[in-house]
Amino acid sequence: MLTRAAPTHAPGPKRVLALAGNPNSGKTTLFNGLTGLRQKVGNYPGVTVERKVGSLVVDGSQWDILDLPGTYSLTARSPEEAIARDILLGDMADTPRPDLVVVVVDASNLNRNLYLATQVLDTGVPTILAFNMMDVVQAAGDEIDIDALSERLGAPAVATVANRRDGIGELTAALARHTGDAQNRTRWTMPDPALAPVARVAQELRTAGVARPEASDGEAARLLGVDGSRERIERYGGAQLASIVQSARSGLLEAGIDPTTLEAEARYRWIRAVTTATTRIHHERVATRSDRIDGVLTHRVFGPAAFLLLMVLVFEAIFAWAGIPMAWIDAAVSAAADAVAGALPSGALTSLLTDGIISGVGSVVIFLPQILLLFFFIGLLEDTGYMARVAFMMDQTMRRVGLHGRAFIPLLSSFACAIPGIMATRTIESPKDRLVTTLVAPLMTCSARLPVYTLLIAAFLPGGPQAKALAMTGLYALGVVSAIAVAFVLKRTMLKSETPALILELPPYKRPNFRSVALNMWDRARMFLQRAGTVILSVSIVLWFLSYYPSLPAADVAAFDAQRPGASAATLAEIGAAEASARTRASFAGRLGRFIEPVVRPLGYDWRIGIGLLSSFAAREVFVGAMGTVYSVGDADEQSESLHGRLREATWDDGPNAGQPIYTLPTAVGLLVFYVFALQCVSTIAVMWRETNSWRWPAFAWAYMAALAYAGAWVARTFTAWIT
Amino acid sequence: MMDVTPLASLMPGQAGVIAELHGDDSLRVRLMEMGLIRGETVHVLKYAPLGDPVELDIAGYHLSIRKGDAQRILVSPTGQPTR
Ligand SMILES: Nc1nc2c(ncn2[C@@H]2O[C@H](COP(=O)(O)OP(=O)(O)O)[C@@H](O)[C@H]2O)c(=O)[nH]1
Repeated sequence: MLTRAAPTHAPGPKRVLALAGNPNSGKTTLFNGLTGLRQKVGNYPGVTVERKVGSLVVDGSQWDILDLPGTYSLTARSPEEAIARDILLGDMADTPRPDLVVVVVDASNLNRNLYLATQVLDTGVPTILAFNMMDVVQAAGDEIDIDALSERLGAPAVATVANRRDGIGELTAALARHTGDAQNRTRWTMPDPALAPVARVAQELRTAGVARPEASDGEAARLLGVDGSRERIERYGGAQLASIVQSARSGLLEAGIDPTTLEAEARYRWIRAVTTATTRIHHERVATRSDRIDGVLTHRVFGPAAFLLLMVLVFEAIFAWAGIPMAWIDAAVSAAADAVAGALPSGALTSLLTDGIISGVGSVVIFLPQILLLFFFIGLLEDTGYMARVAFMMDQTMRRVGLHGRAFIPLLSSFACAIPGIMATRTIESPKDRLVTTLVAPLMTCSARLPVYTLLIAAFLPGGPQAKALAMTGLYALGVVSAIAVAFVLKRTMLKSETPALILELPPYKRPNFRSVALNMWDRARMFLQRAGTVILSVSIVLWFLSYYPSLPAADVAAFDAQRPGASAATLAEIGAAEASARTRASFAGRLGRFIEPVVRPLGYDWRIGIGLLSSFAAREVFVGAMGTVYSVGDADEQSESLHGRLREATWDDGPNAGQPIYTLPTAVGLLVFYVFALQCVSTIAVMWRETNSWRWPAFAWAYMAALAYAGAWVARTFTAWIT
Repeated sequence: MMDVTPLASLMPGQAGVIAELHGDDSLRVRLMEMGLIRGETVHVLKYAPLGDPVELDIAGYHLSIRKGDAQRILVSPTGQPTR
């Protein structure tokens, strides 16, 4: 029973509860069950590891609930696992050691889950054990004596079924009841010859004050286990500790004990003894429903076929379904801009609001449907357990490039848009692999290139629809091939690293929990709007400024105005377009275009294409609109016949080719290739910056892609000129 | 000494008891923490469509590792002999 009269803690400052557990133990589901929508997602300082905090009030006292990254043990390898370990050990700057830890134990996979649980208990942090997935245990006809286990492990325990929200009440009650103390006891024993060498190291850790007395044996064993713990040894105590560790290692080896296997074997031996005494678990293998599903989904033939079908569906969704809400957003943004333009007198402020801010915000929000849909599918695939099978099936292929099977989904997503693709790289464990994937993701042909391809192919490429479709396919293929090639090169040069080992749990298939999926989508959307949004908005304003100022001389404006009275509607539109064109020419952007003309000239571009390239730096599809402006077509879109015509008729103003057409076939082919390679997208750069926490990587990506674009365009143009 | 054979040489459906783990320390620690310890029985469930990696059943859950790593885990086969 809960007694309100005698709270074990004085109501005071917020206390911190951390949720720890193996991946797939149901930790996230439990976190959502405890906190509902009262949660925040951020990053740990300096790393791109997600930090999820929620709040909970139990018996009038406030708890901050911290969802630690899932981990199998305290021997951390990935940045995620290192964060979990450091917080549990109280080693994390800026984050105090939690007041209480709930270890989520997947009871249907007891021994392996108790490995982490006992390690956490050994650190001496006050702990409650949540035995989750008890429904699975019951369905299998197994029995677990939770009270007996709790007694042996020395920590209070509750049974939960997180996806049905069973046991959440008991868990919060246990929370309220907890005295905040940890029970100190021996949970595993090392073989005798190991005791002295491990004790030496543990002693040193205690004297250096870096490990709590209870935790020091476990930490000592882990430092001894892997020769590569150098970095931690340095952080703990430097040279002296290193030499003690070294001599302890040789002591163990002399005694015939492998320091690497020491902790794992001894701990598992203890766990097995405990679970044998407290559970009745059937050990014979029976084919479950999950096994039968898996028989099809990873089948030699049906597996890849089903995967392909699924990818077509996802693709279709991100491409076609997302198009509908995207069109609404587009319409709403234009309507808003028109409304503002109608309500305010025309001038700099109105232009800033409509062309700068509203269209800038619009260019961010427009990606939202794609991001939501992609993360809906990713969430679904993760939650059902299928994503692990994708990595299982794709690993062989991805390894040829040097990447992990998990890199496949982010790259595929980038066909829709590199932004959600880059955000999806978070599932990749190795930081270098994540970076490689992030850097090549923008080479995959995203949907924003489509309007540019459509315009140029329709206007300039000869042949019927088949030939044009073939050209489009070729551009997509060029993107894929170059992404693979660049990843291959990066993995062997700048970001040289071993292909990470594959140690992948294939959890049983589960019915998805739509609440978790929806929460995940909401998190991603919010993160995208907040982070990318601020950068994109500022850049849009800068770009607006460059194309608006300096204004057209008053005399020119007057000249245009003089033509207006009495003109027909069509002529009026033409005059307006001509004025816009003149203004572009006079603006900073126009001057910049002229200034960079010598640079783009070798590619066959005049200053107007230069402006197109510059302005599509904000987003590629802006190229179409920009071409419309500089060639003064009233209403430009990629299908507009008048725009096609204008582009074909465009001639050089001056120079050796004056009067000749600008857009020849080789130039158009070169321009297409330029768009395949160039990183013309502020949004991608912003997201890359956020995800890598530095300007270096987006700058590098921009530079290498610009170099590829320039060289590629030149080669394509020269080659096309030579064969025609 | 019982006959030991690399885990990677087992066919789907076969099982063995883990006898030795080789390979670099950090990989061995990871595998052992996942429950691949000496004396534990491991079943080979299947190989991926392209032949690699392999899916194992260890202590009642499914784990996938690459064949190259499975080559360095030595098991004494139980049940029908390997070919
Ligand atoms: N049958 C069952 N499924 C659960 C339970 N708790 C969570 N799940 C499901 O297990 C899967 C993994 O859960 P999740 O919370 O994402 O695990 P995490 O990786 O530890 O965060 C999801 O499909 C959940 O819906 C439970 O108690 N019983």
